[in-house]
Amino acid sequence: MTRTVLIADDEPNILVSLEFMLRREGHRILTAGDGTGALDLIRRERPSLVLLDATMPGLTGFEVCEAVRADPSIAGTRILMLSAKARPTDMARGLGAGADAYVTKPFATAELLERIRGLLT
Amino acid sequence: MSGRGLVAAVLAPGAALALWVVLGAALFLGALGPQGAALRAAGTAALETHGMVLILWWLAAALLAGWLARRLYRAWVLAPSRLLAATRILAAQENAAGLPELAPATPATRALAAEIESLARDRQELRAEMARLVEQASRSVAEQRDQLATLMDELDHAVVVCNRDGRILLFNARMRRLARNLSPQDGAELVGLGRSIHAVLDTAAIAHALETVEGRIARGVSPHAAVAQVVTATPLGHLLRISLAPVRHAEAADNRLRGYVLLVDDITRDQQRQARREGALLRMAEQGRASIANMQAALEMLDYPDLAPADHDRFLGVIRDEVARMRDRLLSEDEPGAELSARWPLHDMLATDLMAAAIRKLQGTANAPITTLPVEDDLWLRIDSFGLIAALDHLAARILSLGGDPVLWLRLARAGSHAHLDLGWVLREGAPPIDPRDLSALPDERTESCAAAASVRDVVDRHGGEIWLDRNRDDGRPFFRLLLPLAAVETAPADAPIGGRPEFYDFDLFAAAHADAGDARPLSELAFTVFDCETTGLDPMGGDEIIQLGAVRILNSRILNGETIDQLVDPQRPIPEAGIPIHGIRDEMVRGKPAIAQVLPVFHRFAEGSVLVGHNVAFDMRFLKLKEAATGLRFDHPVLDTLLLSSILHPAEESHSLEAIAARLGVQIGARHTALGDALATAEVFRRMIPLLERQGIVTLGQARAASDRSQFARLRY
Repeated sequence: MTRTVLIADDEPNILVSLEFMLRREGHRILTAGDGTGALDLIRRERPSLVLLDATMPGLTGFEVCEAVRADPSIAGTRILMLSAKARPTDMARGLGAGADAYVTKPFATAELLERIRGLLT
Repeated sequence: MSGRGLVAAVLAPGAALALWVVLGAALFLGALGPQGAALRAAGTAALETHGMVLILWWLAAALLAGWLARRLYRAWVLAPSRLLAATRILAAQENAAGLPELAPATPATRALAAEIESLARDRQELRAEMARLVEQASRSVAEQRDQLATLMDELDHAVVVCNRDGRILLFNARMRRLARNLSPQDGAELVGLGRSIHAVLDTAAIAHALETVEGRIARGVSPHAAVAQVVTATPLGHLLRISLAPVRHAEAADNRLRGYVLLVDDITRDQQRQARREGALLRMAEQGRASIANMQAALEMLDYPDLAPADHDRFLGVIRDEVARMRDRLLSEDEPGAELSARWPLHDMLATDLMAAAIRKLQGTANAPITTLPVEDDLWLRIDSFGLIAALDHLAARILSLGGDPVLWLRLARAGSHAHLDLGWVLREGAPPIDPRDLSALPDERTESCAAAASVRDVVDRHGGEIWLDRNRDDGRPFFRLLLPLAAVETAPADAPIGGRPEFYDFDLFAAAHADAGDARPLSELAFTVFDCETTGLDPMGGDEIIQLGAVRILNSRILNGETIDQLVDPQRPIPEAGIPIHGIRDEMVRGKPAIAQVLPVFHRFAEGSVLVGHNVAFDMRFLKLKEAATGLRFDHPVLDTLLLSSILHPAEESHSLEAIAARLGVQIGARHTALGDALATAEVFRRMIPLLERQGIVTLGQARAASDRSQFARLRY
């Protein structure tokens, strides 16, 4: 079933791979390179899932996450945080901000795909 | 005695004599009756012809009587009163020269004077013997003190010993250097005996450390082990680590603190270096993770079987690109910028102690009780408690400011390898919820109230922790959650001291309950700032200005020659020629010197908490008071004047100039008419007056001020 997935990351080199992989899964893919753009797209396009990097220019991933959870019209959006910030406190913050899952970079694409499938069912 | 007084004194006995004779003659003639008529006529005739002889005779008798009365007054009244004043000086001073010559005095007064002198000599011999013994004893004490001083100066820490109120009793050279570095004003010496430590170190930080120590002692921890650490930032951005160890009375049964020892380290530079290193490491790790993630994802895409050639090239491009980025990052040598957040010095603290302190602070801020849940008994955190409580307090104050009459609650619980510290609130029934956007901005607000002017998030970051806005699972009410580290090893009490901590000294100051200069306290225990100004002229209202300020401190009747101010001041106007022979200060000497507006703040700090003393001080005070509006500094210290005090001590003396008083009290004057020279002379005079005043029942500051107000001079001159 086709779903809309937003990938928000300021690293174009990860967007290339993730976009390719999820398109092959049959999803509609949106991309954003900064936090403010990501939040705009979420409000406008209502994606089912957001892959959210923690460190981005503009709003950070944590802030985007908090803003989504605080806005009742989009609070139900699934959020998977994907970040090179790998300390336990970073994870705790991401989950505390309302993320459904927190995956640290680097990751195995197959495992990531499993997590995404899990979140989309 | 004045000329008019002398004439009156001489004529008064004569006039009385004449009245007596006239009255006698009238009575005699009256008694004779009619037979007296002839006698009266003869008398009248005789008076008409020889009256002048009678007047001359009367005048001679009057002069004789006046001379006699003056001799009697000097011998019986003046001589004993001088003897009394001189005896008082002799009694109060250790090495008075002897009694003055009592020229016209009765043999009994002379004999009394001789006896007093002999008694004084005996006493002086006894004193000398006593002084020899005291010197012997104090030499051995001084040796020990030198050893202690050497030891303290060898220490790597700045050390300062204070009494319970923060008055400094002892400090080492490193502490003085540190205080100079911390001082926002050049030249203001903030560390000195009897001064307040709060002028140098943050009052709230020391209060927090004291509270922690007292809490531990109250819980039964041995006072030797009850040492607290705080980290605090100064207004100039220095980062100080302060360790506070309590000082108690060795024999006292209660645990009341008499004072404390502070070890102070300026850790700013270490901290910055370490923070830069850690920041760089963390960034490298994160950048590495990101690059590897990019390459791994691209590589795994290459494994897809039916890859178009264009996609194949794109993923290879990603890998090439990332490899190049990693190489560039490794080879570049740019040092990352200074970040002050990485590893702040933390200390171990029992969770119950943290909660108790936090609740006290928040209750003060909210002015209402704080709801709280019980805390696990031996949960140890690794925190900067001072910074953390300041951060919580800031959050609480901001939540309270957002309306809805919130009732705050606080909760602390273990959560794996960390602890959750939650600050939440319950709004008044029916109040609209606070806008989440307002709330989520709070942790990042910069605030002065947290140490080092950081945000609440900065404080949490120092702990390697996190803060976020969370919601209750059941009712969805928001609260702030702080993730804090636990102590690595549960802290055991420190080693018990072998044979107890050595008692180096019996510091008298520990016992003194120093508060601000109070009327009830004895003069002999107070701190005084003795000062003098040289000025361009005598009329401050007419534009005269201060050109030199000299000051010295007296503490416990000791003149602190190491704590002085000797400052030329640019009056920003020409110095009139007329004054130059007196003070010797010319225009070119004050050029480029600080203006009075820069000097007075230093002087104000120097004199903080002390009594101002000067000779004819009303003159100097007028100059200071006129500057109050311009500098915003109020000189509302208690004031004493050596001129008034001298008139109380020696009302019979005519001159109360500084020279005359100094000569009376046996004080050698050095450089007269320099501000510091006069201040030092006044200080010595004042110091010697204190025991003399005590003999007249003037012991406390309040009594001295009241007596000054009643003084004849106060009424005549002010």
